[in-house]
Amino acid sequence: MSSSIETLISREYQHGFVTDIESDTMPAGLSEDVVRAISEKKSEPAFMVEWRLKAYRRWLSMKEPHWPNVTYGPIDYQATSYYSAPKTKTPLGSIDDVDPELLKTYAKLGIPLYEQKMLAGVAVDAIFDSVSVGTTMREELAKHGIIFCSFGEALREHPELVEKYLGSVVPYSDNFFAALNSAVFSDGSFVYVPKGVRCPVELSTYFRINSADTGQFERTLIIADEGAYVSYLEGCTAPKRSTNQLHAAVVELVALKGATIKYSTVQNWYAGDKEGRGGIYNFVTKRGKAAENAKISWTQVETGSAITWKYPSVILQGDNSVGEFYSVAVVNNKQQADTGTKMIHIGRNTKSTIVSKGISAGEGNNSYRGRVQVLPRATGARNYTQCDSMLVGNRCGAHTFPYIEVGNNSAIVEHEASTSKIGEDQIFYLKQRGLSAEQAVSMIVSGFCKEVFKELPMEFALEAQALLGITLEGSVG
Amino acid sequence: MSLIEIKDLHATVSDKEILKGIDLTVDAGEIHAVMGPNGSGKSTLAQVLAGNPAYEVTGGSVTYDGKDLLALPPEERAQHGIFLAFQYPVEIPGVSNAYFLRAAYNEVRKAHGEEEVDPLEFADFMEEKLALVDMDASMLNRSVNQGFSGGEKKRNEILQMAVLQPRLAILDETESGLDIDALRIVADGVNKLKRPDNATIVVTHYQRLLNYIVPDFVHVLVNGRIAKSGGKELALELEDKGYDWVTSGAPVGAGAA
Repeated sequence: MSSSIETLISREYQHGFVTDIESDTMPAGLSEDVVRAISEKKSEPAFMVEWRLKAYRRWLSMKEPHWPNVTYGPIDYQATSYYSAPKTKTPLGSIDDVDPELLKTYAKLGIPLYEQKMLAGVAVDAIFDSVSVGTTMREELAKHGIIFCSFGEALREHPELVEKYLGSVVPYSDNFFAALNSAVFSDGSFVYVPKGVRCPVELSTYFRINSADTGQFERTLIIADEGAYVSYLEGCTAPKRSTNQLHAAVVELVALKGATIKYSTVQNWYAGDKEGRGGIYNFVTKRGKAAENAKISWTQVETGSAITWKYPSVILQGDNSVGEFYSVAVVNNKQQADTGTKMIHIGRNTKSTIVSKGISAGEGNNSYRGRVQVLPRATGARNYTQCDSMLVGNRCGAHTFPYIEVGNNSAIVEHEASTSKIGEDQIFYLKQRGLSAEQAVSMIVSGFCKEVFKELPMEFALEAQALLGITLEGSVG
Repeated sequence: MSLIEIKDLHATVSDKEILKGIDLTVDAGEIHAVMGPNGSGKSTLAQVLAGNPAYEVTGGSVTYDGKDLLALPPEERAQHGIFLAFQYPVEIPGVSNAYFLRAAYNEVRKAHGEEEVDPLEFADFMEEKLALVDMDASMLNRSVNQGFSGGEKKRNEILQMAVLQPRLAILDETESGLDIDALRIVADGVNKLKRPDNATIVVTHYQRLLNYIVPDFVHVLVNGRIAKSGGKELALELEDKGYDWVTSGAPVGAGAA
């Protein structure tokens, strides 16, 4: 019955091309030698290689988690290459030194790296396979004392900051994929916003997987010092390939006293074909720690990946700290997503808000998994959770797994959930008013996701719109 | 030339034949009432004319404004001026009435080669339209039909009709769920929208609505066919004698006018 709606939702993947560029790729396989080799390639300080090796040894003793509501064949961790970088003549300093082939790739993806063509108000760090290929607007940011660079550079130029905060939110022993990432991560973005500074532009990292049989293991560390503010955007794409590729990232956010970090993601990794062949396995650990009066807000639009395993969380450590999670997760064909958040209330009068919108189409399977934990000390803690699912057709699935633990009797925790079906009657109603089927579906889906889209920064709202073919009500035009 | 000419129209839903040869001609400037007992095919006729894909046309023809109506998808029918006021208006959560109305209005304008209007122009345009159905501007910020009372939903349908200014409006049992005051407001709106170049088909079970929207012609639908046609007095006669009066008599089966 809903086949017409399904075809509208399933668009051809736009970013499935491969860039033909010579790469320096390590042979497949993982061992202490590989971990050391990665560290050496990046000329890392001694503490880093030690940390990586500890993580690797820990990882060896851990088991891949199988509690998520997803199924996939065994992953051969020895069949993946853990490092791939486009060959360059010299280390990259500015965008002018970037290989034109790479600039073309990003231009094709709609990410302009040429300074003069840049989007006003956005600074971009572009990660290609394992390395950062360039960061824009750095001088402008430096005037404010803001550091925005690749992780590799941060290790070279600000090792003390990295050493102080790396693993402070997500320890290397946190979980299987975080341990793997800690051992082999090759690059990522690093942000430091000094005390009292409001970052004047949106910071953005664009992740691109290009090489075949390569895993991408990036690590992002964002530190907002006391009273600072930063808004950070993350986008991802990968070529179409018939084999699965592993993406195991870690993101750590540190919001010190009174600081605000807003982190937005539009995740559009290749999702595999209609039969479920290929696509990215997206196993990501994202967590932030909020000190007194600090605020951390996650907004994510998850449309890609064959499998998504991702729970951007907030540790509400300081009194009066605030955590937010706004999510739209779309699965189609044979995609599977098990995503949600954890809000851990430790401080007094801490507040958290969770708004999750799951859209399932085709034979897609969408699970919301969330934990709200109020520790005994967290007097006056408040949580509001809203969890809505929309089904398109009758072969897809939507599941909700909320876990609520309250250890303080002054806490107020609310949970609301709903499931709806996009109906032929809605489509016909809108068509009868002159709208095309495509516009009708866009309108219904955008209405459903409204509360999340309004949290996205303008530049990303437009990308999300292009992605879902959605007209953004009120915020455009 | 007639605005719409329906000839020997047959239609099925879930393989069950509901319309068994409808003939009806409506000219610009006319109001036609289609009455009939439950299950006679009144609503099916309305849905088929609007192009609901749940109904399958199995025979006959519909010529609208010189075009083969049945060959057009529903959105093009709407863009060419066919409007269906739904018996059960559908809710679209999260989409504001204003946004929806402007999107629809702009689609119709585009189809006529006219420029789209921006939100500010549209707000001015809406002021008089709201007054027509006695609606408050706050209605525009609410999600389409969500949480609306029965009366508000029906008024919202007439508001959409006022915005889209159709050439042929089909009101499907618009009186259902309306109290007498709401009925008067809705009927009043429809009457004010009447122009010499447009026409209205009022599908109704009871004569009640026809006290306010006075038809030029009344057709009685029985078992998928028009069993009797006449002037407005036919509705009163039906009210008096009941549908049995028609169902037991021999079908007349002629189109109007």
